[in-house]
Amino acid sequence: MKTLVWVEHDGSTVKDATLSAVTAASKLGEVHLLVVGQGVDAVATAAAKIAGVGKVHVADDAAYAHALAENVAPLVVELMATHDAFVAPSTTHGKNIAPRVAALLDVMQISDILSVESEDTFTRPIYAGNAIATVQSSDAKKVITVRGTAFDKAATEGGTGEIETVASTGDKGLSTFAGSEIAANTRPELTSAKIIVSGGRALGSGEQFHALIDPLADKLGAGVGASRAAVDAGYAPNDYQVGQTGKIVAPEVYVAVGISGAIQHLAGMKDSKVIIAINKDEDAPIFQVADIGLVGDLFKIVPELTEKL
Amino acid sequence: MKVLVPVKRVLDYNVKPRVKADGTGVDLANVKMSMNPFDEIAVEEAIRLKDKGVTEIVVVSIGEQKSQETLRTALAMGADRAILVVSETKVEPLGVAKILAKIVEEEKPDLVILGKQAIDDDNNQTGQMLAGLLGWGQGTFASKVEIADGSVNVTREVDGGAETDTLKLPAIITTDLRLNEPRYASLPNIMKAKSKPMVNKTPADLGVDVTPRLTTLKVVEPGKRSAGIKVADVDELVMKLAAMGISK
Repeated sequence: MKTLVWVEHDGSTVKDATLSAVTAASKLGEVHLLVVGQGVDAVATAAAKIAGVGKVHVADDAAYAHALAENVAPLVVELMATHDAFVAPSTTHGKNIAPRVAALLDVMQISDILSVESEDTFTRPIYAGNAIATVQSSDAKKVITVRGTAFDKAATEGGTGEIETVASTGDKGLSTFAGSEIAANTRPELTSAKIIVSGGRALGSGEQFHALIDPLADKLGAGVGASRAAVDAGYAPNDYQVGQTGKIVAPEVYVAVGISGAIQHLAGMKDSKVIIAINKDEDAPIFQVADIGLVGDLFKIVPELTEKL
Repeated sequence: MKVLVPVKRVLDYNVKPRVKADGTGVDLANVKMSMNPFDEIAVEEAIRLKDKGVTEIVVVSIGEQKSQETLRTALAMGADRAILVVSETKVEPLGVAKILAKIVEEEKPDLVILGKQAIDDDNNQTGQMLAGLLGWGQGTFASKVEIADGSVNVTREVDGGAETDTLKLPAIITTDLRLNEPRYASLPNIMKAKSKPMVNKTPADLGVDVTPRLTTLKVVEPGKRSAGIKVADVDELVMKLAAMGISK
């Protein structure tokens, strides 16, 4: 089987989510990559070095600068004439583009796979990860998105992929990019951080969130996450959200501060290796999944912990 | 301007799903069912756009006969009329998108607003698929929607922050959590909703083949985490962390 893997990048470097998707695709067969964007030579060069990749298809055009699904999907559909599976990481780009591709190919997508059981059979989470379904696809071509935390990352060195330029399918004129607000974040990205410190509604305000969570995260070299309640209350930006519909994370250590542990939140972090919970309510559901729990006032505990670490 | 809002009846988000002992799925017998939360946000957004040029809101649901309750809820919130496409067997997102494409052909809406994902199957596909089938622009994971002349500006929740795209109308929008806070239907509106029009159709009426492409071989519970230990104070926590090699 020949797969085409969506390369997630920021214009200059390949994002880690790509590497998990490559591992998933390698279980299906030959791995080809697709680099889409404008001025992506550096990305293509880096992508070609990923261990185990064959061809690296590169589509470099102004129409692809912001990876708009309306422009990208026709390109993928064209390339799928010579590939058997389109594999994308479950990033916002992947989730935005893959189903459009699937519909154009008349294929039922398999979302957010956790494992590859065979060429046509996969496991995936349903009901916020409260159940795991094994599904078999009868479609000739497969369209798949991959949950990053479920697959090891392919090595970024050792590959000798062959770069091949693909002609642009042009601007479809349906949508235009009008701007973005991408928060500058010097901390590790949530989906690849080894340690995550996450704050909940109990922090009480955006100021207190940052005053307590940030120093602890800095001390640990951790990424910062948040519960939906904290994001809804405006304490933290939306891309901090960990949970069913936010980011799915599985760090070595997850520190949940003032998070009660709604099932939607647990869905996003329960595969973390070690979970540490700090909460004043000893009956909070978060303690049912935590390896180490500390019951008490987070406003006293967190500064003390930051200091003593 | 007409808006179409598809809604899905799902297990209520407050109910803990229980996997059936025979491994065929999640037990939905005698449990509370509600409108998919993201679809409530979609209905709410359509209602809010009524001050901004929207004249009619049509809601549609695809599923078993009982989905009419979900449609009544949408009507009580403020939608104008409803279409129920009855299917007693499960319809996958691809099938749903094909049915919706046919309804769009008949109804000719300027905008279709959908929830970004249903909280049962967690697929996150239908809106994008419908956009693909219709050849329309798609504003997925929306946190802000502004109608302009012949276009719509959609601010989207993306990895790392937010992105705004301008879509030519007609277009597809899928809702994220922070787009709005859905209203509760008032009692008078619930009464009024009972007399709002609702028509029944079937996938066959629309000429859509909804044969599933995926077969669910089994459904199991995920590996369980068990509760660990509780520590008494910060010093003990620091000690435990140090034992795991986390000190700084």
